Amino acid sequence: MGLAYTYYPGCSVGATSRWYDISLRAVAKALDVELAELEDWNCCGATAYMSVRELMSFCISARNLALAEPLGRDIVTPCNACFTVLHKTNRYWHEDETLRGKVNEALAAAGLHYKGTVKVRHALDPFVNDVGLDAISEKVTKPLAGLKVAAYYGCQLVRPETGLDSPDYPVILDQLLASLGAEPVDWAMKARCCGASLIVSREDVARDLIADILKCAADAGAEAITTLCPMCHINLETQMARINKDYGFDLNFPVLFFTQLMGVALGVDETELGLDKGFIDARPLLTRHGIGARA
Amino acid sequence: MYAPAVNEAFLAEVSSLPGGERITQCIQCGSCSGSCPTAAWMDHSPRQIFALIRCGMRDEVLSSNTPWTCASCYTCYVRCPKEIKITDIMYALKRLSIREHKAKPETKPARVMAEVFEGLVNKHGRNSEFHLMRRLYGRPSAITKALRNAPSGMKLKRLGRLPFRQEKLSANGLMQMKQITDAVEKMGGL
Ligand code: SF4
Ligand code: SF4
Repeated sequence: MGLAYTYYPGCSVGATSRWYDISLRAVAKALDVELAELEDWNCCGATAYMSVRELMSFCISARNLALAEPLGRDIVTPCNACFTVLHKTNRYWHEDETLRGKVNEALAAAGLHYKGTVKVRHALDPFVNDVGLDAISEKVTKPLAGLKVAAYYGCQLVRPETGLDSPDYPVILDQLLASLGAEPVDWAMKARCCGASLIVSREDVARDLIADILKCAADAGAEAITTLCPMCHINLETQMARINKDYGFDLNFPVLFFTQLMGVALGVDETELGLDKGFIDARPLLTRHGIGARA
Repeated sequence: MYAPAVNEAFLAEVSSLPGGERITQCIQCGSCSGSCPTAAWMDHSPRQIFALIRCGMRDEVLSSNTPWTCASCYTCYVRCPKEIKITDIMYALKRLSIREHKAKPETKPARVMAEVFEGLVNKHGRNSEFHLMRRLYGRPSAITKALRNAPSGMKLKRLGRLPFRQEKLSANGLMQMKQITDAVEKMGGL
């Protein structure tokens, strides 16, 4: 029997990052992992909401945990922000008795109850830690041989206190890429913040942060960047052209979700991977490396 | 007239906010400021904010752009040797500055975004990126920004990544959301 999880997609996954969702589901299927979408889930509130309505954010996030609890499975989300908010809600619920009381009271008003048994995990986690890198390697049919990829973790996957990997120099995504046959590059900004929603409220700041990240990846020899967060993904890819113009760079590489690369290596049908749906089409690069994608 | 050099009241106030408990432990080591990717754009670095809180410089802290320039990356939080929940304190300062109308005009986009986001989530149970952007950039003050960002928007649309549909919860789910948010309001909590 395969592994099974409750799946919490989050809001952006249905929209600008829909290929993250589609490729994730396809890869899970290829690895015999069941992702059952949580019915009637609500938005976790993300950073914008949490920073100005903290208690409210904990309470609405806890609704998802309460809905997931009777299903008896870990909750898995592909978004760093959803992961942070749900994980933090869960952690604080356990650590802070006053908060727990308030959350329980708010949930009770909606006829809900949370006992505290759900474990919140980022989608990368079960692949690496439950399926395992050896098992994944065994299923690789099209190794990503010679492909130099910068694994970009963003800030929130490994912070705060997620216990998943080092908060400063994480390696699990690099290891996963290596198990697919790719060559992860060694670079300094893998867990540096992309500015997240500052791209809306302080565009100048966010663009400088993004420029540093992209330049660092390029200098390390990366031909593509892979991300595991919808916000990081959209920030890196939509700003590239303007950054080239403003900073005189010549950056020109695809930004891919890690599940898209997994899908290629595992031989998932390309129509489920959206390789041509990024700002820069990834297929020519893959074809250049003889990795099967049609351009 | 005697004026104390350090106004303990503000320190006590921030310490009592969620996340603020350990603030008096700050040893001014500067690890937070040194780690912060956005410190260069802040009126005061995180370390300076904690020094100002200790000195009771209430207005200066609440009108600083610092909490609003925080990207919520938690780097300071994991590095602080005194385990101060710095990111949470930044959030608490945002809430205080909104409540007391101390936030500077330049922080308005961040405040408006939070407000619109909250409105969408509370009404529909889910956010919609398209509707969030439309509400944000639809405001007259943001029209130039909208024009500059239009190529990205058009491209997303062309790539089939900009659905206009507003996702909603079931009637029961929406009722639960309302019951939860009403209960929180009743507790008087932000
Ligand atoms: S890292 Fe912690 S102890 Fe050091 S200055 Fe910042 S808040 Fe104070
Ligand atoms: S959480 Fe905020 S204050 Fe702390 S390092 Fe990140 S941006 Fe700076």
